[in-house]
Amino acid sequence: MIQQSSTSAAQAGGVAAPPPTGTVRLTINGQQHTLQIAPWTTLLDALREYVHLTGTKKGCDHGQCGACTVLVNGKRINSCLSLAVMHEDHDITTIEGLGSQENLHPLQQAFIDHDAFQCGYCTPGQICSAQGLINEGRAHTEEEIKEHMSGNLCRCGAYAGILNAVKEVVDSKSSESRR
Amino acid sequence: MNPFTYSSATAVEDAVRDNASHEGAAYIGGGTNILDLMKENVARPTHLVGLNKLPLTAIEPTPEGGLRLGALATNADTAWNEEVKRRYPLLNQAILAGASPQLRNMATNGGNLMQRTRCYYFYDTATPCNKREPGSGCGAIGGFNRIHAILGASEQCIATHPSDMCIALAALAATVRVSGPNGERAIPFEDFHRLPGNTPERDNNLEPGELITGLDLPAKGFEKNFSYLKLRDRNSYAFALVSVAAALELDGDTITDARLALGGVAHKPWRDQEAENLLKGQPATPETFARAAAKVVESAQGYGSNNFKIELARRAIVRALKQAAEGSQHASDVFLNSNP
Repeated sequence: MIQQSSTSAAQAGGVAAPPPTGTVRLTINGQQHTLQIAPWTTLLDALREYVHLTGTKKGCDHGQCGACTVLVNGKRINSCLSLAVMHEDHDITTIEGLGSQENLHPLQQAFIDHDAFQCGYCTPGQICSAQGLINEGRAHTEEEIKEHMSGNLCRCGAYAGILNAVKEVVDSKSSESRR
Repeated sequence: MNPFTYSSATAVEDAVRDNASHEGAAYIGGGTNILDLMKENVARPTHLVGLNKLPLTAIEPTPEGGLRLGALATNADTAWNEEVKRRYPLLNQAILAGASPQLRNMATNGGNLMQRTRCYYFYDTATPCNKREPGSGCGAIGGFNRIHAILGASEQCIATHPSDMCIALAALAATVRVSGPNGERAIPFEDFHRLPGNTPERDNNLEPGELITGLDLPAKGFEKNFSYLKLRDRNSYAFALVSVAAALELDGDTITDARLALGGVAHKPWRDQEAENLLKGQPATPETFARAAAKVVESAQGYGSNNFKIELARRAIVRALKQAAEGSQHASDVFLNSNP
């Protein structure tokens, strides 16, 4: 006879015991968050399911589409291919930290002005990626922007608008720096 | 993902010790490949040793006049490093030909060497795969094998190594520095990755628990005459069908030294020293390049869907050598492959 206990529930065919959790401290958009999460929680899932910042999207969940792009210490990464626990000392910025409804980020305004989306699902990732591109400061021409934005897919095919939107903000930044 | 425990190491010795003390442990650097494999249930580590706090991010000169790339430096920081751009532009080009900006910001140099094949049968746990499950068979042989190997494959496995960076490292004759339970050692790049043979589950010659700590580039960087030519189904953010790292040293029109390595064609970065020897001492002409290219594909074998790679590789070698001889590539010229 099988001795049942709370820890052997899974083996007995019942509901598995809750996963072991630990404390993970994340700094997101300038705010400290203390989360109780399992070590296998990706940064993407931590943002969406635990901090409820759902602007960051889950597309492929395999680092192929770029919808989950966020900025870590100003650099763009795929949050789906990173564990939350790996980012305790980092400064994380999501789309919610770039602009607000009252005060749009220049990239958000440019995406609206250039009709740079249809469904909008890839847009937060596109905008965070574009901010990362601007921070890097290496892409200026249309060809360079295309290459440096290739990690973000848009299934609606709004690439022409996305390119124009990013180019406009890249151009305005470089004219600012010349002033 | 399977449940696992996680710890973060701050010193190499601690990482090695922590890894050795957990059955089924694995190291995690950037995580871009291992987490993907864990989500697909291909990798099932019980414990992850986090490496991103290790002091291995420096890129600094070696006493021998070369450059040491820290194992934890990201691919992006390595590609854009001023010394890499100036002295090893072939490496700059190869790194930037791979992945996306986001992935290059995460992926580490050590992890780049450790990434596993993108063979679809390896990834699909519903199909047989000798690499994933030794003895289960190979889905790719007799299956759809458009991306698979044409050189050095075995009856057990025709998977290819997916890296671009490693093709340049093979051509540059880098050295891999590792630390493990039995101390430190240095592995010549050509001896790091393995051919599949009868043990396709082993990608490389690391001993259990060994950790890559750095990559040493020799002083010679072939910074004037080089080419990384990558051919793929779309012009950005795709794995190579065939890639060629070509590096030449010229005295007038005479080739005094040559390096030639291919990606996308074998289970390891495929450097061909016999072909290199056919280039040395010869004039840098299309005829010389054609002889070297013919040598590389002499023993090539197709498996059906990938037969086209043999001719593609032959032509790509000729073109890459021509580009190298002309000195037409430059560090961080991101459009090189669209303007051949």
